Amino acid sequence: MHFLEFVKGSFRIWTSGGKGYWSWLAFLGMCVMVGAFGYAEQLQRGLVTTSMRDPVSWGFYIGNFTFLVGVAAAAVVLVIPAYIYHWKPIKEIVIIGELLAVSAVIMCLLFVAVDIGRPDRFWHLIPGIGHLNFPSSILAWDVLVLNGYAVLNLVVVTYLLYCAFVKREASASFVTPLILMSIPFAVSIHTVTAFVYNGLPARPFWNSAILAPRFLASAFCSGPAIILVLLQLLKKYTRLEIKNEAIWKIAELMAYAMFINLFLLGAEIFREYYSGTHHLLFFEYLFTGIDGKTALVPYAWFSVFASVAAFLIFLIPATRKNPVTLNLGALLIYAGVYIEKGIALVIPGFTPSTLGEIYEYSPSPVEIKVAVGVFGIGFLIFTLMLKVALPLMLGEFDIDQPVPARARDRAKPAPAAAG
Amino acid sequence: MTAKAQVTISDNRETGLSRRGFVKGALAAAATGLLASCSPAAREAFFQRHFRELTQDDKERILDRLEAEYGRKYGGEFTVDAAPAAEGVQFAYALDLSRCVGCRRCVHACVKENNQSRDPEMHWITVLQMDKEKGIDLSHATAYYNPKQVPEEGHFYVPVACQQCRRPQCVTVCPVGATWQEPDGIVVIDYNWCIGCRLCMAACPYGARHFNWAEPNIPDDEVNRDTHYLGNRPRYKGVVEKCTFCIQRTRNGRYPACVEACPVGARKFGNILDKDSEIRYVIENKRVFILKEEINTQPKFYYFYGV
Repeated sequence: MHFLEFVKGSFRIWTSGGKGYWSWLAFLGMCVMVGAFGYAEQLQRGLVTTSMRDPVSWGFYIGNFTFLVGVAAAAVVLVIPAYIYHWKPIKEIVIIGELLAVSAVIMCLLFVAVDIGRPDRFWHLIPGIGHLNFPSSILAWDVLVLNGYAVLNLVVVTYLLYCAFVKREASASFVTPLILMSIPFAVSIHTVTAFVYNGLPARPFWNSAILAPRFLASAFCSGPAIILVLLQLLKKYTRLEIKNEAIWKIAELMAYAMFINLFLLGAEIFREYYSGTHHLLFFEYLFTGIDGKTALVPYAWFSVFASVAAFLIFLIPATRKNPVTLNLGALLIYAGVYIEKGIALVIPGFTPSTLGEIYEYSPSPVEIKVAVGVFGIGFLIFTLMLKVALPLMLGEFDIDQPVPARARDRAKPAPAAAG
Repeated sequence: MTAKAQVTISDNRETGLSRRGFVKGALAAAATGLLASCSPAAREAFFQRHFRELTQDDKERILDRLEAEYGRKYGGEFTVDAAPAAEGVQFAYALDLSRCVGCRRCVHACVKENNQSRDPEMHWITVLQMDKEKGIDLSHATAYYNPKQVPEEGHFYVPVACQQCRRPQCVTVCPVGATWQEPDGIVVIDYNWCIGCRLCMAACPYGARHFNWAEPNIPDDEVNRDTHYLGNRPRYKGVVEKCTFCIQRTRNGRYPACVEACPVGARKFGNILDKDSEIRYVIENKRVFILKEEINTQPKFYYFYGV
């Protein structure tokens, strides 16, 4: 059967590569090892090895999870122009967005997995076998949509790549509905994740109706920021044709998304500071600190400045089209949104606690190690998928040439790929 | 209070692990894992169903297993009871703020009665010290007061534990239904079903849920061996726990430990459906209020000024 040859050929591609490829894999392997050591310690001694405590019961893991949900959802920024507007320059590269979505969702699920206190009881979540509290628990919805989105994207990319392998036209009646379905799914993974926070009246910082729109707006900045850098690297190091128009179009879409993101943040800040109710405490903790407790203050301001600067860069066509400022803008967006979702959302939601306690949280060494491991696994999955996808997209690996001749030369892009 | 205690503990302990320590730990963990998968009791514990899906036979078997397990761990005869709610009972609590002096005897009685971990330290009751000038203002309260004598000048005290809400947020959000409200109004947790995601802690407006960040520890000679499955039986690492109105006592017609321990009689407890109960008297004759009424969780824990 052809599929077996496809798998065999993929293995051959994975094991052939230059120095750069192997050092990148070795580096990722090391990250995974660091994570494994950290997680072993956490399993043995419990979550006491993290800095989380009763007043701040979620931290770095759930922050990373929230950020990565945005990255996963961002594939839509490519899917919509490609499949709704049939815009050709993007249609050719949409698969890269989907690969990114798959690896990001896997990282999301891993971050949730390392955060739970009893990972041995994960099966309690499986409907039918366990006791999924659906529809009452929004977290149950999150489990369903995240897994659904992961499966959907995995099926689509595997099918498209396999079609490229057997040199067959992909069946539109099979793949188009799936791709179109991935759009509401992408929106829903972010909306549902926002609702997990948003639906808790106990935490006024999160209990705001514009939380879900803010999540979507920031997702449509941060995910494409990664895709932008990735596309430029692929353009530079591979024969993959990526048109400048595609890159500029994505940058333009990001400018709109960033505008909405900043506007919504401004709307929240106005409401809190102008009315000055006791809900203001959480914003005060974030932006000015309370009673000398200022752990988050520098991050919060850096995030705001980075986001504003990036917005201006992407707004002005001259800086959007200049590769240097374009990449600077992408990095600023990435940093800005990472802080906003990873730190400035979860921690101030818990600080001060419901009984007014200010517990200053910052991640412990174990949390950092485990996170390094999770990112290592995600980048590893992405690298391996891209390594097979590239020759398939370039027509160098198919049923007639199951042993790609140029595999060795093309090995370079992978290290750069994860930027 | 809990947080402070736990933070100190993690600061005192070594935070890193030597490589040898890690290898030993990993081997030990793998070994126990293998052994556990061989031992029928461990396998049974792993595959144990949700408490509310168990038949009477299942329950009896599980209670026997737990009694044996706790007996081995702490020594002595253990009773793990699963007495159900009685009909026509709806428990409620009232606390007289004009009497409370902030001595925290309730906290310690609760720890003893309910087998809370001593290391890391866990308390189900948090006594907040408030400024008289500010009134009940949680954002300016502190649980970390430490004077030679209470009450302190210019202050009053508000003990907070689980408010046993009629609309408990924690129950709504739990992704596996590991926590629910019993017919007598007590919100309970199945410690064998909780996956430790801690969403209930994010959802609780009263900071009443507590997580076992490390393996809980109770000295053998301090363990209360008279327990209830949904209440004070010893807990596991990685699960959430909370006040259950001393389910092991109150379902047998006794007062909760905190009510008995209070030296000034500030705490009242009973069945609000019983017209002759003290709690009913308080609700009918005093001006009671609840915490954070704007959240609409509708607590059955009432505060009042009796004097």
